Amino acid sequence: MEQSTAPAIELKGISKAFGPVQANKNISIRVMPGTIHGIIGENGAGKSTLMSILYGFYKADAGEVFIHGKKTEIPDSQAAISAGIGMVFQHFKLVQNFTVLENVILGAEDGPMLNTSLSKARGVLKKLAQEYELNVDPEELIENLSVGHQQRVEILKALYRQADILILDEPTGVLTPAEADHLFRILDNLRAEGKTIILITHKLREIMEITDTVSVMRRGEMTATVKTAETSPEQLAELMVGRKVLLHVAKEAANPGDKVLEVENLRVVDEDKVERLKGVSLNVRAGEILGIAGVAGNGQSELLEVLGGMIPATGTVRVNGQEIDLTGKNSDGQSRRARGIAHVPEDRQHEGLIMEFAAWENVAFGYHHEAKYQSGILMNNAAIKADTAAKMERFDVRPPNPKLKARNFSGGNQQKIVVAREIERNPDILLVGQPTRGVDIGAIEFIHKQIVALRDAGKAVLLVSVELDEIFSLSDRIVVMFDGQIMGERDPATTNEKELGLLMAGITDTSNAQMEAKQNG
Amino acid sequence: MDKMPAWADAVLVPLFSIILAAILSALVILAIGESPVDAFKLMVDGALMRSAGWGYTLYYATNFIFTGLAVSVAFHASLFNIGGEGQAMLGGLGTALVCLFIPWPHWSLAILGSAMAAAAFGALWALIPAYLQAKRGSHIVITTIMFNYIAASLLNYVLVNVLRPTGSMEPSTAVFPEATHLPTFRDMFSTADTILFRGAPANVSFFLALIACVVVWLLLWRSKLGYEIRAFGFSESAARYAGIRPVRITIIAMMISGALAGMMAVNATQGEAERLILNGTEGAGFIGIAVALMGRNHPIGVLLAAILFGFLYQGGAELALWTNIPRELITVIQALVILFTGALDNMVRMPLERLFLSLRKKEA
Repeated sequence: MEQSTAPAIELKGISKAFGPVQANKNISIRVMPGTIHGIIGENGAGKSTLMSILYGFYKADAGEVFIHGKKTEIPDSQAAISAGIGMVFQHFKLVQNFTVLENVILGAEDGPMLNTSLSKARGVLKKLAQEYELNVDPEELIENLSVGHQQRVEILKALYRQADILILDEPTGVLTPAEADHLFRILDNLRAEGKTIILITHKLREIMEITDTVSVMRRGEMTATVKTAETSPEQLAELMVGRKVLLHVAKEAANPGDKVLEVENLRVVDEDKVERLKGVSLNVRAGEILGIAGVAGNGQSELLEVLGGMIPATGTVRVNGQEIDLTGKNSDGQSRRARGIAHVPEDRQHEGLIMEFAAWENVAFGYHHEAKYQSGILMNNAAIKADTAAKMERFDVRPPNPKLKARNFSGGNQQKIVVAREIERNPDILLVGQPTRGVDIGAIEFIHKQIVALRDAGKAVLLVSVELDEIFSLSDRIVVMFDGQIMGERDPATTNEKELGLLMAGITDTSNAQMEAKQNG
Repeated sequence: MDKMPAWADAVLVPLFSIILAAILSALVILAIGESPVDAFKLMVDGALMRSAGWGYTLYYATNFIFTGLAVSVAFHASLFNIGGEGQAMLGGLGTALVCLFIPWPHWSLAILGSAMAAAAFGALWALIPAYLQAKRGSHIVITTIMFNYIAASLLNYVLVNVLRPTGSMEPSTAVFPEATHLPTFRDMFSTADTILFRGAPANVSFFLALIACVVVWLLLWRSKLGYEIRAFGFSESAARYAGIRPVRITIIAMMISGALAGMMAVNATQGEAERLILNGTEGAGFIGIAVALMGRNHPIGVLLAAILFGFLYQGGAELALWTNIPRELITVIQALVILFTGALDNMVRMPLERLFLSLRKKEA
């Protein structure tokens, strides 16, 4: 039959412009049935736009879509679903206080009475769970499920609607390594059953691990489509960025000095009376990078916020041997900066920058009290602008226009502004949270180099990241946080992702590990 | 860039909003059975064509500049101060106390004293809602509205029971001493041959309002405090990151706002009424909201919008005097302007933006 040889999806000459920005330029792609096809590219390369066209969110300006060899119009997501396309978004679209079952049938109910749909779905879910290792308790509320399980519900939703083409948008961003491994096993099973999968990601490792073919996008264009077996991460990175990229920052062995930052028994209770930090103790020496690994939401953010002066805490923190105020008048960000602590916050859009401020206003942000920015009782805006222009040049911020609003820079350039502001203060301690989240590969390389250079200058760096690659690449020591506690410290030279992954899941001894494996299996 | 130029955003959008409001108002006038063209002529004639008309227009504008600036400053801290009316009433009380009980040798000193007292009273009246917002999370919109009523009741009590001269039947204070009377435009600009601004209440405090515009501009865009206020207004979480204390900024921004609203009393109470009366504010506190919205919370915009509303007020008074159109029509126009510039902002902006983009495409 001709059907079996036709590609599951074929896009021909897809173009899409938003105003003057050409998000997709004449893109053609063929995905054969029963394969996993990766689409890789930097932020803003046009991956999401392309998938949104395929799922009916946007209408392409030009081009055609063929599903199993048949030309198909996809004006909305309903059409995409009936064409057999299912999408698993990066941010799940689940009703938190519904059960798994209710979420699965939502929008696909049969008839006016719920009972019939629910019992039918129960049967289908049971079958799917057995076939694909997709076990979730159908009667559990979404809010009680882990992120990994919620993602499975999203996949189940798509399969329940009889999707045979699955699109996953950055699926591993929120998963622990163990959860990611499980997801890949699921994808493997789906492929074995003949489903077609499109995996959008910016992580080269995942592409290499699971895909059959991979397409690289850059600036709205499809620059290459290759067989995964015939390529290498280095080649893919080069195709993505358009030049050679160092994937792992080259650094000398650390030369640690005195303890610059000492944290003892730090506790934080949030507004809902939930204990977020449960007695955290650690220290960072001059000239070393301490990496904190962990799944997002296990207290790393609170640790940075306490040290950066954003929230109060109990316990003891010493900077250069002197205790600092954790609750009183001198516990704000201003006092922290005065003590030599600089902070690249996790969320640059809501913390590190004022998006509506111009770049020059952001360069003074947090340091607007400094004498060099004042002239009399007013601020010396000319001095700030000159300083900004200089920083933009040194950090290669593009476009180098101090008057442009922060909102109008790309993620990587926004982050460069933040990093330039904090690192150029030459702080004793640099707190860095998710330094390369949403940042393109070229900028990642640059930012990593700056952090290592600061370490080599004898400064202490506390790094929080959910990207294990980043933790391994930068850290001189690694501690793992889980549920507001430190689970242990490891040497990056002797540990591995599996060991850290278990710690990140809160498992310290092997008997528990087996239990967890059983649960997941 | 997928945006229209800044000047178009700042000038064309408000302009089109006014034109739309004017068209709708014209329909209302037609429905009443009057001619919109005649009405417009009458308004322009009464408010702008004679110096006396200008004297009224600028008098009203002075009030609106102060209350408009008050709303703007709070707005930059992302606080919606609807309490300008109450703060202005309290400002009036401050002015009255200073003018009545301090023997001023000259008006130039009296205006300083009364401005400070009006600002202090207005600021303190704003302090309470600000504190409740900053420390207790009580929403500032609700509390400032309630404080308008409390201010009105307080003023009523003070005027009836405390400051009313014995024997007077009117709930007002005694007339302020001669030395506190402010020079009017007539005093300042008339020559021996020609008398300008005859009978109009515009007075020297208009220049105080202009100074306030400059000071507010310097404060917001040139000072550290203004930087912190704007940063806090855009993003509280970012402000906390930068070490800007939310409680402090909330309280300071509201006190500056209250002080500006209070200073309206220098114009209305000391300059015009020359005694403290009930309802001397005449709703100017609320018009400040429209003025700030239309003026894009920028002092220059506030100045222009205040003059526009001054014109509408004076023109409306003329309409009520000579035609069957009730003075309340001005409230309708004002409401329409708020509706278009505030609530329906995008209705005007989006077509304009599209127009600009298509024009640019043609050029390119």
